[in-house]
Amino acid sequence: MGLKRYIVTRGITMFGVLMVTLLLTVGLVGSNMDTILKQGVIFQVRSEITDNPSISKNFSSPDEFEEFVQQKIDERIKNLGLDTPWYSPQRIGYTMVKIMMLDFGNATFLMSDTGSSNVGDILLEKIPKTVLLFTTATIIISIIGILLGAASSSKIGSKTDRITSAFAVISSSFPVWWIGMLMIFVFAFVYQIFPARATPDIEPSEPGYILSLLYHMALPVITIVLIGFGSWAYLVRNFMVGIMQEDFITAKKTMGINKKKIIYKHALKNAAPPIVTILALSLSGSLGGAIITEAVFDWPGMGRLYFEAISVMDLPVIIGSTYVLTVLFLISIFIADLLYGYFDPRVRTGHE
Amino acid sequence: MSSISGEDIKREFAKSTLGIAGITIIAILITISIIAVITIPASTFQEWNNPEKWLGYPKTSIPIWVNYFTEEKTPEHKILEPEMFQSNSGNVYLSSQQFLVNFEFDDFPSDFVYEFQTKYTDSHLITVDIFRPDGKEINLLTTSLPYSKDETVYKQRIFSTDKMIKNNLMMKENIFAFDISEKSVTDVIFSNVIENKVLKGKYTFMINMYGVNSKSEVIDSRIILGGKAFGLMGTDELRRDLAVGLLWGTPLALFIGISVAIGSVTAGLVYGVYSGYKGKKTDETMMRFNDIIYALPALPFLIILAVTISNSIFLMIGFLMIFSWVGVAKVSRSMSLQIKTRQYVEAAKIMGQKDRRIIFRHIIPQLLPYTFASIAISVPAAITTEAGLSFLGLGDPSFPTWGQILHDANTYGAAAQGFWWWIVPPGLLIAITGLAFVFIGNALDSIINPKLKR
Repeated sequence: MGLKRYIVTRGITMFGVLMVTLLLTVGLVGSNMDTILKQGVIFQVRSEITDNPSISKNFSSPDEFEEFVQQKIDERIKNLGLDTPWYSPQRIGYTMVKIMMLDFGNATFLMSDTGSSNVGDILLEKIPKTVLLFTTATIIISIIGILLGAASSSKIGSKTDRITSAFAVISSSFPVWWIGMLMIFVFAFVYQIFPARATPDIEPSEPGYILSLLYHMALPVITIVLIGFGSWAYLVRNFMVGIMQEDFITAKKTMGINKKKIIYKHALKNAAPPIVTILALSLSGSLGGAIITEAVFDWPGMGRLYFEAISVMDLPVIIGSTYVLTVLFLISIFIADLLYGYFDPRVRTGHE
Repeated sequence: MSSISGEDIKREFAKSTLGIAGITIIAILITISIIAVITIPASTFQEWNNPEKWLGYPKTSIPIWVNYFTEEKTPEHKILEPEMFQSNSGNVYLSSQQFLVNFEFDDFPSDFVYEFQTKYTDSHLITVDIFRPDGKEINLLTTSLPYSKDETVYKQRIFSTDKMIKNNLMMKENIFAFDISEKSVTDVIFSNVIENKVLKGKYTFMINMYGVNSKSEVIDSRIILGGKAFGLMGTDELRRDLAVGLLWGTPLALFIGISVAIGSVTAGLVYGVYSGYKGKKTDETMMRFNDIIYALPALPFLIILAVTISNSIFLMIGFLMIFSWVGVAKVSRSMSLQIKTRQYVEAAKIMGQKDRRIIFRHIIPQLLPYTFASIAISVPAAITTEAGLSFLGLGDPSFPTWGQILHDANTYGAAAQGFWWWIVPPGLLIAITGLAFVFIGNALDSIINPKLKR
């Protein structure tokens, strides 16, 4: 099984996952969605008729008029294909195709900053914010983590090493969002250095926007980094410890090459594949966590959008964001898989 | 993977400081749970989200022990119980209640409420007086209970903001050297006469009920002296005693964490071992399915499940299990691949033993140490995920957890207003509980995989 075949198999699995996710999401929210759509139709028909008073003049009794309205509603529902139940294969299929073509319809309550209620527009506005926050944080985490990990692996059992390991274990059991609340308490209440809400308070069109955005981003980034870098350093340390025992490193040592040079040039280079793989995975992992983290800091990204959509039960937005989150998640897993397969030929041959 | 006996593990574990620390913390948490379940009746706890239950408590009060560390003593919120006396002279019956309070704080109480319930016939006169540490006596209120021909049970709340109390106080205006007309009643009653500062000492509220020819029977009475410090853990914006929520949160968190961990690890173990043992097509199909679950974004799905199906705590435990068995299944599969090539398994196969028997008798027992380590390691994830969902407001309202306390704290902007006692304890408890299990898990792990010790 070559690399090509490996990519194809993984790709098919990922596509399968995407389909399963979509099907599950549509299945879970389908019945509620149906009710909302039907209510929308009824409202639309009724308002059209009340907007046009001449129609009601043709009827002698209210009952007759009501019958006419009901008939109109049924007609409209049939035209839209809403008369078949939501779980009928053609409707689920239709919905899924529509979602796959990134047509999520209109949000029930939420709106984008520009006032559009198209779910696609709302998502497009939020995705860059989430990507900005989490990519920045992940890059900082990985830089600190790799340097610290390499440093502690060079002196196993030293103070740096022990503190790093302890910090990794402790920080991993703290919920990021709780640390976030503490950070807001300390740095927005006790010492008023950073704003308590991460949403920039000026309009995107104004010149100071970028600066304001970065200033508001500082507290969430610091929090994510604080919680994340420990386990990263620990991981890098463990990879490095394994590599430092390999023969070629011992050979280099006996050749009298500077220890620092060995660690940062040769060992780190060999530890790169698993590190890069985990980088991609941790990025995808943090996307799920974004929902809670962004809710705490009020960061105007995908996560907060998702949170808001749930609190008001805005189903089109929930479906749209789940889809986008899944796609982003799968893309990063896929990239991680590819990198892993590329770096480690054993994986793609399928042998255990 | 060498076989280690249970005895070995026990001995090694006793040597591990972290493992012992973990066990100690869990023992403490279990003790707290038992205390909580015994001392706080479940009925109290289930009224957590019923605002009426908490009316007698103060809003966002600091824990009382903070007073030990501060210069300025914040007034405690006190619920005073009376000493009752009965007497009569001729046909006039008197039932009096005395409320003693030792007021040693640096700020005035915010207000007071006198609540009582009494059984009487005819008409009764009621007087409320306060005796101050400086010997001064102030009549706060003289009023009568509504006339009733038959025996009746009457319930009333008298608030310090009552206009009559203020009017009575104004009659004693000359006692005070400062202008009292703009001050609130409690700011005056508890004040020094010369300047408007707290007069520390013992105060007595004396409440007398006079009846002619009949006595009144006080069923229930108390005075709530409003303050800004209450209980062991303080209160929140909705006046709830945080100690109740935190104490009851402990058994809930342990229950959620441990049941999810045991459920998902067991499922993953059996799934993985079966897949690895069977091999070929079965293995391939089962692992593809595993891949699919692995690639599902867990949190968004958990949220949708909670919103659309139910946020009952028991279903939530089930949902959490769905997403957490995958990793264990992968590892136990590769372990069972190794074990099934061992001679005794081959022998059992040749002897014609059933697959089920081989899996449960020969393979799974070999994986038990790994299983225990995995259970310990997956507890924190379950607890934090549940806390996260509760934090988003998707928790089970009939079983409030630590996450829900933090959800409320976040909703009422506790961080930005500086209510640290509302934020710090629940999160710390989540972290400590998680940490305890991580310690145990790591200790077990390093015994099973000695390589990691380096």
